[in-house]
Amino acid sequence: MDLLISGLREAVSLIVSLDPRVLQIIFTSLQVTGTALVFAALLGIPLGAFLGLTSFPGKSVLVALLYTGMGFPPVVIGLFVFITFSSGGPMGFLSWLFTTRAMIIAQVIIAFPLIAGFTMTAVGGVDKDLILQLKSLGATKRQIIMAILKEARLGVLVSIIAGFGAIISEVGAVMLVGGNIEGSTRVLTTAIVLEARRGNFGLAISFGIILLAITFGVNFAMSNLPGRGRRQ
Amino acid sequence: MKKATKKFILLVLIAALMLTVTACGRGDEAAKRLILATTTSTYDSGLLGELMPQFEEEKGYDVEIIALGTGQALEIGRRGDVDIILAHAKELEEEFVAEGYGTERTYVMYNEFVVLGPEDDPANLKGTTDLGVALQSIEETASSFASRGDDSGTHTKELNLWDEYGIDVAGDWYNSLGQGMGDTLITANEMQSYTLADRGTYLSMEDQLPNLTVVFEGAEQLFNTYGVIPINPERHDVNYEGVQKLVEFFIRDDIQEKIGKFGGDEFAQPLFFPAAD
Repeated sequence: MDLLISGLREAVSLIVSLDPRVLQIIFTSLQVTGTALVFAALLGIPLGAFLGLTSFPGKSVLVALLYTGMGFPPVVIGLFVFITFSSGGPMGFLSWLFTTRAMIIAQVIIAFPLIAGFTMTAVGGVDKDLILQLKSLGATKRQIIMAILKEARLGVLVSIIAGFGAIISEVGAVMLVGGNIEGSTRVLTTAIVLEARRGNFGLAISFGIILLAITFGVNFAMSNLPGRGRRQ
Repeated sequence: MKKATKKFILLVLIAALMLTVTACGRGDEAAKRLILATTTSTYDSGLLGELMPQFEEEKGYDVEIIALGTGQALEIGRRGDVDIILAHAKELEEEFVAEGYGTERTYVMYNEFVVLGPEDDPANLKGTTDLGVALQSIEETASSFASRGDDSGTHTKELNLWDEYGIDVAGDWYNSLGQGMGDTLITANEMQSYTLADRGTYLSMEDQLPNLTVVFEGAEQLFNTYGVIPINPERHDVNYEGVQKLVEFFIRDDIQEKIGKFGGDEFAQPLFFPAAD
């Protein structure tokens, strides 16, 4: 109990004192996860919408693959990215290993099946009559898709929140491909592992509290988005 | 709908900006970037945090340190993902050099392993001066022992010691954790186990380990040498020029002296002994 209280106190003092090393870690976390989330959404939402709206032979295989991707151990994805970007690997020439870029790629791969899967479910749940109605009114295909995505926006938002939650809290993959380098690839989760290993439980728990606060803040902001949209 | 599109475009622009920012920090400085892989115990001691800023300032390189288990450090060295390795598993490292992955091992410093155990010392290690007898008595009393179990330098060292005295570690008393040094110490502290640790990591964490104390020390077999190995430039595209400067830096007189003094203020005794000794 003492540790939790002193951890909380340390977390507050770390943030209040604007310790540059801590700010750097927070910034890297947000930069990596934010960038990865945008790319994952760019890939996942169209794919999810496509799968939710069409049917074609072999779709069930694709959907099963997507669901497998949703439960894939992140550290295995990390290993895959590591091997791909390692200097002997197919993308080794880029020298992206142990940079935030490799971390972003790993996080995109982790988040995009979640976003696609949840979007697919949300889009599939939209009333079929709406589609018929839109068609009868002479809407173009693009207009129909945008209307459906708008109708399913809450579900799409949940998909993004799920993707965000999965990658901001992930540690195995980013540790492997980022290397937890101070001042460049250290993020909140890997900093927690490092401090716990060193026995600095107070500092580790305060990083945990900061991570929790950020996740809560971002989720709170995101879940207020549709409400604002409705009022306008 | 228009608003959503605008928001979307804005997000994409932000993402593009982030990538550009990330990119600027890299490409131009690639020639000045050195990646050093080391073991978690070395990293956690804080020695490199003390030495590397001086090197960076003197020579204008940017040294990025990655802390891994020895097995992993040597493996990414084989793959050419780092420029230089600082480790303490002499046999494994000499093999690494013999196989042509590294140019040569330069001896930098050494430290000492100690056997830690619970205060009440059920196997009575405090009462012996012979390492073989000490280890034997852990086995005979079936006292709990926490092993790193992660193919690290410390783990390799520990296995060699059991092997040397012909002790079979298959019993229930032997716990192979698969964890780093810090985690292993914390586990041993909770389990009231014996364990083998380098003195530096133990001293730096002593406050968090109230149940552990040094029960055996000083045997010659417990010395632990650290070396740096540049990755062979003929095999991989590494920053060999920078690496050579780093090796020279490590064995320079004033740096050796610094290594010998490191930790002395905080722990009443230094954590490492310079190779020059």
